[in-house]
Amino acid sequence: MGEITTSLVLAGELVATGDARLASIVTLSLQVSLTATLLACLIGMPLGALLAVGRFPGRHTLIVLFNGLMGLPPVVVGLLVYLLLSRAGPLGQFGLLFTPAAMIIAQTILIVPIVAALARQVIEDAWREYREQLRSLGASRLRAAMTLLWDGRFSLTTAGLAGFGRAIAEVGAVMIVGGNIDGVTRVMTTTIALETSKGDLPLALALGLILIAVVLAVNTAAFMLRQWAEKRWG
Amino acid sequence: MGIGMAWLVLDRLGLTENGVCIINDVSLKVGAGRTAILGPNGAGKSTLLRLMHGLLRPSAGAQHWPAPLTQGMVFQRPVMLRTTALANVEYGLKLRGIKTPERRQRAMAALERVGLPAIAERPARRLSGGEQQRVALARAWALEPQVLFLDEPTASLDPASSREVERIIREIAASGTRIVMTTHNLGQARRIAEEVLFIDSGRVVEQSPVEEFFTRPRHVAAQRFLEEETP
Ligand SMILES: Nc1ncnc2c1ncn2[C@@H]1O[C@H](COP(=O)(O)OP(=O)(O)OP(=O)(O)O)[C@@H](O)[C@H]1O
Ligand SMILES: [Mg+2]
Repeated sequence: MGEITTSLVLAGELVATGDARLASIVTLSLQVSLTATLLACLIGMPLGALLAVGRFPGRHTLIVLFNGLMGLPPVVVGLLVYLLLSRAGPLGQFGLLFTPAAMIIAQTILIVPIVAALARQVIEDAWREYREQLRSLGASRLRAAMTLLWDGRFSLTTAGLAGFGRAIAEVGAVMIVGGNIDGVTRVMTTTIALETSKGDLPLALALGLILIAVVLAVNTAAFMLRQWAEKRWG
Repeated sequence: MGIGMAWLVLDRLGLTENGVCIINDVSLKVGAGRTAILGPNGAGKSTLLRLMHGLLRPSAGAQHWPAPLTQGMVFQRPVMLRTTALANVEYGLKLRGIKTPERRQRAMAALERVGLPAIAERPARRLSGGEQQRVALARAWALEPQVLFLDEPTASLDPASSREVERIIREIAASGTRIVMTTHNLGQARRIAEEVLFIDSGRVVEQSPVEEFFTRPRHVAAQRFLEEETP
């Protein structure tokens, strides 16, 4: 019991004093996961919109596939990206393995299905409501998809957020493709895993607290944005 | 049969959805400048309108436009985009590739014609039902369609808003746009329309000039409908 209290106090000190090592780990974590989220939104949202309004063979198969891929195990994604990026792999020549870029790639792959599947649901509901109106005004399907993405921008934050939550919290993928190299590819989750196993609880706890705080803050901000948008735009 | 030169011809038009026949073998010519489609709930008025507008594909027969006409439609519950009223009116113009200064001008002019220049910058979804209905009319009108389909344009509006919308419809018609509208308001049909299509259970059973329809309805279903609807 005493040990946990001591660790908590030390963790608090680390946060309060803005410990340099802690700060760099948190910064890298945010950089990697926010970039991955941004990329996943750029890929996943148009994809979701096309799945919602498009008419092409294999659409249903794709929808089922993306729903299934929402549950992709991070270690498996890590392994696949590892194989792609390892020296003998098809993309080995770029030397990306064990860099933040590799981690961004892995997390992007991990969360594109989440963003796409959730965006598809949002857009599909809107499409049901808007379809005839947009057609009557002369919008093509592609144009309608773009309109719906813009119109659903506030609801779609939920999809982006779900992706971010998954990215920032996963260990398996970044551990495998990043390698948890001190000062280079160490992020919050991999540090927590390592330091806990080494017995350095204060750092692990401090990171754990920050991780929770980050996720809560992002969710709160998104919630408030949606509330405001609902009030403002209906 | 019918008033004026036919600009829309329906030839044995039918629509069956999930084995249910919604529109049944409708053949007619629309030539009037202002046509009202009347009939009881569930008769198929909205469906017929959407077929005419091309939003639904008929499962039987065909429709024919002797000369291609540009069309617009205002839905019973218009869908507003999550943006300002003005941007909603601009949207259709944008789709037609009309660039900003002219687009804004035309959209603003349309809002003025429906008496709503003051709410141009307000979020469209926050407007009252009557205001949204007028924004929808402005949005359709801004495109200057040659035919405008209106599905119960004054349902759920109070008498003052209804009168305002009726005034706008008459003005649109006066600008040369052909109007086809559904309504449950018989007074409104009488005030606006030149010709009435009466539809019952998916069949258009009567097409008459408006005065004739209200004074001497020919079909028994229309007679019953008028007896029930007039106090
Ligand atoms: N997609 C569909 N599948 C099955 N039935 C449908 C479908 N769309 C409409 N219907 C049915 O077709 C009939 C006609 O519907 P429609 O909306 O055209 O009636 P309406 O005359 O406009 O009625 P109201 O006066 O209530 O607006 C109704 O019985 C309706 O339930
Ligand atoms: Mg209807």
